[in-house]
Amino acid sequence: MTTELPSAVPETHPRTKGDTLPTVAARNSVADDIAESDAGTVVDVASQWQLMRWKFSRHKAAVVSLWIVAFIYFVGAFAEIIAPQDPNRTSGRHQYAPPMAIHFFAEDGSGFAPHVHDYSFETDPRTYRKTFVEDPEKVIPIALFVQGDTYHFWGLFEWNIHLIGPVEPRQPFYLLGTDRLGRDNISRIVHGTRVSMSIGLVGVAVSLVIGLILGGLSGYYGGRVDHAIQRTIEFLRSMPTIPLWMGLAAAIPLTWDPLAVYFMITVLLSLIGWTSLARETRGKVMSLKNEDFVTAARLDGVSEFRIITRQLLPAFMSHIIAVTTLAIPEMILAETALSFLGIGLRAPVVSWGVLLQEAQNVNTVATAPWLILPGVAVVIAVLALNFLGDGLRDAADPYSHN
Amino acid sequence: MIHFIAKRLVAMVVMMFLISVAAFVIIQLPPGDFLTTLVASMQQGSDVSQEQIAFLTRRFGLDQPLYIQYWRWISGILLEGDFGYSFQWKRPVAELIWDQLGFTMLLSLATLLFAWAISFPIGVYSAVKQYSIGDYIVTFIGFIGLAIPNFLLALVLMYIGFRYFGQSVGGLFSPEYRTAPWSWAKVWDLISHLWIPMIVIGAARTAELIRIMRANLLDELNKPYVTTARAKGLSEVRLILKYPIRIALNPFVSTVGWVLPSLVSGAVIVSVVLNLPTVGPLLLTSLQSQDMYLAGGFILLLSVLTLVGTIVSDILLAILDPRIRLE
Repeated sequence: MTTELPSAVPETHPRTKGDTLPTVAARNSVADDIAESDAGTVVDVASQWQLMRWKFSRHKAAVVSLWIVAFIYFVGAFAEIIAPQDPNRTSGRHQYAPPMAIHFFAEDGSGFAPHVHDYSFETDPRTYRKTFVEDPEKVIPIALFVQGDTYHFWGLFEWNIHLIGPVEPRQPFYLLGTDRLGRDNISRIVHGTRVSMSIGLVGVAVSLVIGLILGGLSGYYGGRVDHAIQRTIEFLRSMPTIPLWMGLAAAIPLTWDPLAVYFMITVLLSLIGWTSLARETRGKVMSLKNEDFVTAARLDGVSEFRIITRQLLPAFMSHIIAVTTLAIPEMILAETALSFLGIGLRAPVVSWGVLLQEAQNVNTVATAPWLILPGVAVVIAVLALNFLGDGLRDAADPYSHN
Repeated sequence: MIHFIAKRLVAMVVMMFLISVAAFVIIQLPPGDFLTTLVASMQQGSDVSQEQIAFLTRRFGLDQPLYIQYWRWISGILLEGDFGYSFQWKRPVAELIWDQLGFTMLLSLATLLFAWAISFPIGVYSAVKQYSIGDYIVTFIGFIGLAIPNFLLALVLMYIGFRYFGQSVGGLFSPEYRTAPWSWAKVWDLISHLWIPMIVIGAARTAELIRIMRANLLDELNKPYVTTARAKGLSEVRLILKYPIRIALNPFVSTVGWVLPSLVSGAVIVSVVLNLPTVGPLLLTSLQSQDMYLAGGFILLLSVLTLVGTIVSDILLAILDPRIRLE
């Protein structure tokens, strides 16, 4: 379908594969006006954004990933509502309880009545270890939008509605099991989503600002500035990052409040993260600064600042957005690794890495394999962001064909 | 060529100086200094004498300004190989550091070779048979390999080993060889333990190298000289081996500069999970207990060794590709 759609082809990029596409001379920048040929026939012209959208939608994995990423951020944004209970609520009776299965129909056949089964305990006579068995006798009815633990939603107002949960508040309802203190695994993963996904965003935002400024300077002015910045980047990249992060993260005083630690960790991650963005920016600026439209602007007496913000920035922004998307998963992985080692984020902050810390030794994983599930969340998020970034990178340059 | 090597070496010396400053800053970062930690541990009834404290204060110039402290620290390392004192182990850092460091570098280099050995043929296959089922499978596995944090992979492998094979995966030696003197049997034992951490640490980088190799080779395969060679009637195998692979190999070799730091990083974190006798676990505990001379020594040496590896690869690349020397 897409091949039949006429597209705008700038004069500077002659198509080699032009048999299916009409060669329309359109201006490179915005070509949303309808061009009329001599014969009076109307030729449709697609805007740059339209071309990008088409290109993006051709990358199926990226489109699917876009939805997954949107879903993950949605979960992160509405964590309090989506989580069935308070992530820090402990239960002495349910330590390392296995996941419960949802049953949709009543056992006596009386129709639709979603419920879970409470556990019965069996204690091993020799080891005294409790094992949990689902007891079909103990039915706990569940429903959507039920009242449960109260929470302060976005710091705005108190509320107690949860997307899913037991009809009777505070009855056990552990869809993905519990951890060592009997805290609900799924609630913790959902709350961890907010922290882990946002640390990627915040960290990348910081890196982006540094990377754009330094990369831009490096590419635009060249010479000594360029040399100095390039050597700095080389230096930072030649250091093994994990030991460096470990050293810096371990220096964060234990007495700091979790929010300050969170902020420090993002800054630490950006310390290395900006380098790749700066390199991309530099490359793009260097290739663009001698383009005709920039020279034209300069000859027109346009100020440096205006050339950078109005000519250069829009020209490579789409590319930078794609690269930025690819930098987010790296941040997420780094945060996870540091928190996993116990020198990143700290409890009571809940992130995927903090949760994985619970699964640090193989014996725990053997007794409670569900504690590895935050890791699955990490993998899904990172995969989706990688595919999305890949698709965006292709779309950023809609004229290339590979 | 000599000019090129000289330039790289000068750059390396500057870099090493900067790295040593960075490592020193890390030592200085935690609140309080080495001395307060020592005094605190003395009050807890440990056997650090007053004279010892006085000696160490003098030795590291703890009552002096920072740049003198830095000078004492770095000159001790350079001139006498003295990395300071680990209060946690009550031994000089230099005694603790070398074994672990050796195993870390061994592991990183073995992983690097492993990653190359695996990614090279797969990358070539993937490029030559572009868009085949095999290519899609490789690409997919590659993406997964990039997305799984290596410590998670380690945990999962350990769990599988524990659950289905009833053995604990981890360590670099079987118990009977752990303290035994070196022998061929011990070397063989080491090799048989090495492959799990190698896979775990190398997975992500292998995936990345496959993608690089594939992209490089695809670029080459579309060039006119390949078509010419094909038109001439050259066999497909010779055609690919003769030039495209040789050219595609260059960026592949040059990646060692950033693959090595990331492998060393990976080795540190995976070692904590797999309990390997490398730098990882010791670095982590030293950081947690703020045993800063030990931590600083590790960070310094890891960075320096990584740097040396990078320079060696740079020089190898210059030998391989004359164009680089001229830049």
